[in-house]
This record gives sequence, structure tokens and C-alpha cells, in this order.
Amino acid sequence: MTRPDTLQPRPRLRERLLQVSAAVSTPLLPDDFLGLVDPLRGSVDLRARVEQVRPEAAGAVTLVLRPGRGWAGHRAGQWLRLGVSIDGVWHWRSYSLTRPPRADGTVWVTVKPVVGGFVSHHLAREVRPGQVLRVAQAAGDFVLPDPLPARSLMVTAGSGITPVMGMLRELAEQGELPDVVLLHSALTREEVVFGEELRALALAHPRFTLLERHTETDGLLQPSELDVLVPDWRDRAAWACGPAGLLDALEQHWSDAGLTLTTERFAPVLAPAAEGEGGVVSFTRGGTTVDADGATALLDVGESAGVLLPSGCRMGICFGCVVPLLSGSVRDLRTGDVHGEAGDLVQTCVSAPAGDVSLDA
Amino acid sequence: MTAVLERPVTPDAPPRPALAAVPSTPTTPLTHAQVEELGAKLDALREEVLASRGEADAAYIRSVIKAHRTLEVAGRGLLFAGILPPAWIAGTACLSAAKILENMELGHNILHGQWDWMRDPEIHSSTWEWDTMSPSDSWKRTHNYEHHTFTNVVGKDRDVGYGILRMSEEQRWNPYYLGNPVYNVLLSLFFQWGVALHDVEVEKVLSGERSKAEAWHTLKAIGRKVRKQFTKDYLVFPALAGPFFAPVLLGNLTSNLVRNVWSHAIIFCGHFPDGAVQFEEEQLEGETRGQWYVRQMMGSANLDGGPLFHLMSGNLSFQIEHHLFPDLPSNRYAELSPKVRALCEEYGIEYTSGPLGKQYLQVLRRINRLALP
Ligand SMILES: Cc1cc2nc3c(=O)[nH]c(=O)nc-3n(C[C@H](O)[C@H](O)[C@H](O)COP(=O)(O)OP(=O)(O)OC[C@H]3O[C@@H](n4cnc5c(N)ncnc54)[C@H](O)[C@@H]3O)c2cc1C
Ligand code: FES
Repeated sequence: MTRPDTLQPRPRLRERLLQVSAAVSTPLLPDDFLGLVDPLRGSVDLRARVEQVRPEAAGAVTLVLRPGRGWAGHRAGQWLRLGVSIDGVWHWRSYSLTRPPRADGTVWVTVKPVVGGFVSHHLAREVRPGQVLRVAQAAGDFVLPDPLPARSLMVTAGSGITPVMGMLRELAEQGELPDVVLLHSALTREEVVFGEELRALALAHPRFTLLERHTETDGLLQPSELDVLVPDWRDRAAWACGPAGLLDALEQHWSDAGLTLTTERFAPVLAPAAEGEGGVVSFTRGGTTVDADGATALLDVGESAGVLLPSGCRMGICFGCVVPLLSGSVRDLRTGDVHGEAGDLVQTCVSAPAGDVSLDA
Repeated sequence: MTAVLERPVTPDAPPRPALAAVPSTPTTPLTHAQVEELGAKLDALREEVLASRGEADAAYIRSVIKAHRTLEVAGRGLLFAGILPPAWIAGTACLSAAKILENMELGHNILHGQWDWMRDPEIHSSTWEWDTMSPSDSWKRTHNYEHHTFTNVVGKDRDVGYGILRMSEEQRWNPYYLGNPVYNVLLSLFFQWGVALHDVEVEKVLSGERSKAEAWHTLKAIGRKVRKQFTKDYLVFPALAGPFFAPVLLGNLTSNLVRNVWSHAIIFCGHFPDGAVQFEEEQLEGETRGQWYVRQMMGSANLDGGPLFHLMSGNLSFQIEHHLFPDLPSNRYAELSPKVRALCEEYGIEYTSGPLGKQYLQVLRRINRLALP
């Protein structure tokens, strides 16, 4: 009689093999050696190979990535952190996944270079197929609920279309699109990223409505215009993604109406007067000390000095960057508030030193 | 500096018994202003390198990492066929080279933080662990801080003799030191043990400067690393070779020994050939950055050789440049060397450098001589 568990490698055997491979590779890890033959293996960060670089409208570029083993999958609307080595230094930024999970195992992101943007320019101009980038697991809860509401509204602008594109593509794969209105702003018709695909979707799916706003001619969208543009907006489940100014206005509008709006922000809203005196920042674990001004986030201060710090969205939403404060005070760059009690967990990506600061990092 | 120049510089000069000439706290004829000016010029050299670190440097360290891993895999693979003498020799050579690269160009330099600027968690001083018995944490304390701050200050820099040898006139003689040459051979063969146990700082525990608990903590960490290295090199790899257990074990043992003897030689040639100077503790009082630089230059000695030699010495063949700029990427020391040499000439400071054989003989001579009062 064959017991079913003998058909698979027994867990004990697997464990043994893992133990042996750890014992022979110490002090490195087995993945460090496997990386010699498989560049998508690494012992710390996940890797992803760039399979294709596809130009999009408005100077944006889609990177088709193949993550290595260990990629845990994602949901449409989520984002991943992407690490790229520029002049020998690793830089991380977040990008929304513009396609639902695919049978071929690739994940897609679309990068729109921002003015003066360091990483977005590099990703959109310098990255070539075959290059290996680093990625972190998908995250975020800007996703469609299940079941889908009968009627929904998406308000997007500029590169803010990216997570919504992921959602729309997922819905289109499932069949007929439900009643969805997309109100998208871009400078001109040509500047609409995924413009052609969106228009084709609108033609093919009668219940999907695409409203394009070309701000060069029509001006910026005012929330008060919603009553005309989407008369039943109050009855729709709503999502929004775009520049801070638009999102602030929309959030206000929805909350005034006593309704909820789900938003995704790409950059933190900084308080205009959030600058003040800086100080000496000590990262006590490695003994690094740096002079910092009062406007630069502690995360950037530490990274520039070569300190390895945890990070995530880099804009104050995920708490992936918190480290304990040992002494001193920090200024929240979004509000300008100064706070600091020993033991406070500081969000380093949106906090600057207010005087001398030491961090348990 | 004059004191140094009084010493015999010709290699064939008879070893003088009157070695009181080894200066304790040598003085340079430089004025205070000159020392600070020199310091500023060295700072400028450092800034130049910092500003130009980039992709080429990153590619360099990645290629060394790849070379180490490839050599290690090749060495281990060849040793499985080690019953055949040519395979054994080639395997042991590959593995020795791998272990040397791993300890010197990678471990030592990465733990100095030379590559932290890349922000790569896989090549960072806070995460790196190396294949030697010294745990990276305690090493960073004793080496990066104590040795690099107090370089060659007798009584403060514990690398002067590793608490085992008498390397300077300033260390008071006692009959124990009659064994100096023997201790040196033993230290060379078991260098990784010496370096690891050095971190326990037994003499500080005896004097009460370091708590027993701290020392015990370090000892336990060493114990864990010893267990892992022994399991790997003397148990699992030989066992995986089945009937060829013995040749694999012997090959692994040999490569650990080769690495020990080699790194001991390179490191001792960094501070103890003729021309490199020891200092007294008073030197540290109120020392300025300029004076610190001068002490580093006077206390260190380079080794001449080609690019492969520099690589295999972990670029410690540029000991002077390494001591001036311990956190600059090692691949840059070669280009700094002529500039530092020119500054030494300009300011009349001896830039000690010589081939390995000659320098090592001088070290051995010093060890033998200091066995006697
Ligand atoms: C959850 C999330 C998802 C994101 N998804 C996408 C995406 O799908 N596609 C995409 O192109 N970007 C996306 N971003 C933005 C992206 O992470 C980077 O912030 C952006 O590419 C700019 O990086 P940079 O290094 O080029 O700019 P930096 O050099 O860091 O900044 C340069 C200047 O641009 C400003 N800035 C930074 N980000 C923006 C922005 N988004 N819009 C306007 N100004 C900005 C900065 O304040 C600064 O003044 C997302 C961000 C988050 C947090
Ligand atoms: S990195 Fe996400 S909150 Fe700071």
C-alpha cells in the first residue's frame, strides 16, 4: 500500500535539504550562490527582470516585469515598490500595477516622468529590457470590492490613471464592463496615458462611460461641476487618484456630502511653512551622525549617509519607515507640527529634525 | 620624523642591536600650520573620491563578489574529485583564493562601510557577515574603532602585538616574550582564532574595564561562528563527498590555513616593517585631524605589487591610503596612492613601501629582536 504522502518529497527531507544548504553556504545564504546562475535570485530583496519597455502617451513608459520566485501576487489597483540602481546607488519608488495578475507571470507598471523627478526620468529613459530591478511585494488597499457596486465613479488625473487602469482591465477581462464612469483629466487629448485603449473600451462596453477633461482648454476640474458631468455621482461608489490639489478638493466635496471617497495619493501634501531649524541627526546603531536641515525627511538624510533604513511608500501612508526616536524632536513635514518623546515611532519619510535628534536605527 | 630617518634604511645594513632607535613618539619637523594644511589637502582628496563614486565602483564590488562565489563553488566542486592530486591542488587553490577574497577585499572592506553608499542591503556594513571566526559586530568595534582611531599607539591600539606578541620597544619586556618568534608562527597559522579571541579583550576584563558579561557574550558569538565554520568545512562538505571525506577535509583545512598565513603576513606588513612608527599615548592628547592624518601615514606601510596582488591583499597593500581614508571604496586606493605619496614628499614624511618579501623579513626581524629585552 502506498501512502499518499510518499508521493511528494517528505517535509522532513525538504527540511533536511534546506538545513544542509544553509550549513554549506554559511555565512552567506543559498540564494546568494543561486544568484550566480539565476539573476532573479537574491538573499534580501526580490528581483524582477525587465522584459519589455513600451512607450505610452505623454512620455510615459510601461515596464513589463518578470518577478523572480517569491512574488506573492497582487490585486488590480495595488502598487509595488521598485528599486533601481542609479550611478551605483539603490533608489526606491512606488508604482501602481496597471494590469491584473497575468497567466504569463509578468507584472506591469507605467511610469510618467515628473518634472525634476530623478527616479521617474531614469526609469522612463534609461531602463532597458534584460535589466534586473528589485521589487517589494504588492501593497495597498485601493482595490475594487467584491462584489462590485452596481454603479461606480473613478476620478483621475495625469498619472493617477494607473491604478484605475489596472481595475478597468481586470473588469474587461471578466466580460462586459459594469456601470462605471471614468472622469479623467489630462492637459490635452494626446496627453491621456492609455487614451486609445480607454476610448476603445468605451466603444466596446456600452455601460462604461469615459469623460475626458482636457485641462489646457477646459481648465482644471472643479468638484462643483460633478453635478453636471456625472449627475448621479452621489449614488456611485467612488475612487480618485491624481495630484494632491485635486484629491484635497474632492475629499472635501465628498465629506461635505456625507459620503466616502477612496483615494490613492502618489506624493505627500507638505505644509508650506513646514521648514524650520534642522540639527544633528544620529543613527545610533551604526554610529552615523549627519548635519541636516529642517526640510529634508530623515529617511533621505539617513539614506544619503549610507544608513540602511526601512521604507515603503515614502509619502506617509504605509508606516513602513517608522523607527523609534531616542531623543530630540521631529517636525512632521505634512503639518508642520513638532513632536518628540523618547520612544515615539517616527515616520522618517515625512519627518525632519527639529534640532538634534537621535534615532534607534 | 627625523627619528625614523636615523634608522638603517639600506636592507643589507646589519640589524643593529641598539634598537632603542625605534622612536616612541616621533616628531615631525612640520609646523602646526603645515600639518593642518596637509590635513586640508587630504580632506580634499577624500572629497574628490566621494564626489565621483558611481556605477563603475558598484560594478567593481559586484564583480569581486561574483568572483568570490564562483571560486568558492569551483573550489568545493574540484575538491569532491580531490582523490586525484591535480583536482585536489586546483580545488584547494580555488578555495584558498575564495577565502582570501572573502575575508579581505570583501569582508574587511564592506565591514568598514566602504560600500554603504550603495544602499544595498546585500553589500552593507550593518548586514554583512564573513567567513571567519570573528563576529562582524565585535570586529567593527575593536577594528574599525579601536585600531583605526588609536593606530599604533602602544597600549591603546590592541593590534600592536594582539596581546600576544611584543612588537614595540614600548611594550615592557618580560621572559614570556622569549617565545615571540614561536608565538608569531602560531598566530600566523591560527590567525582567524587570534583575531576572534582578540575581540574578547581579556586584558580589559582583567583590569575591570570590560565586564565579564560582555566578554562572555562575545565568546558565545565566536563559539557560534566556530561551530558553523567547523560544521561546514570539517563535517558537511567532507560528508557530502562520501568516500572522499579525507581529501575534502584536508583541502578545507589547508585553505583555511593558507588564508590565515596570507592575511597575517599582509596585515603585519601594514604596521610593523622598518619605517612604520609606534606612538605613545601622549600623542593622542588634543590631537587634531591633521595630526591624526600624519600619525596614520607614519604608522602604516604599503606593499608594492600588481593589480592581482592588490586585489588579493584586499587593497591593504595600500595600507597608508586605507588608514587615511578607511571608508573610501578600496578600488580607489590605487589612484590615491601617487597623490598621497606626492604629499608625503612635499611635507617630508616617509612613505614606507616595499615588496612583500622584503617587508615581511623586516617584520620577522623585529619580532626576533624584541624577543630579547
Ligand atoms: C502608492 C503610489 C503609487 C504610485 N504610482 C505611480 C504610477 O503608477 N506611475 C507614476 O508615474 N508614479 C507613481 N507614483 C509616484 C512615484 O512613486 C514617484 O513619486 C514619482 O515617479 C516621482 O519620483 P521621482 O524620483 O522622479 O521624483 P523625485 O526626484 O523624488 O521628486 C522630484 C519632485 O517632484 C515632486 N513629486 C514627486 N512625486 C510626484 C508626483 N507623483 N507628482 C508630481 N510631483 C511629484 C517632488 O515633490 C519633488 O519636488 C506612485 C506613488 C505612490 C506613493
Ligand atoms: S515609507 Fe510609507 S509611511 Fe514612510
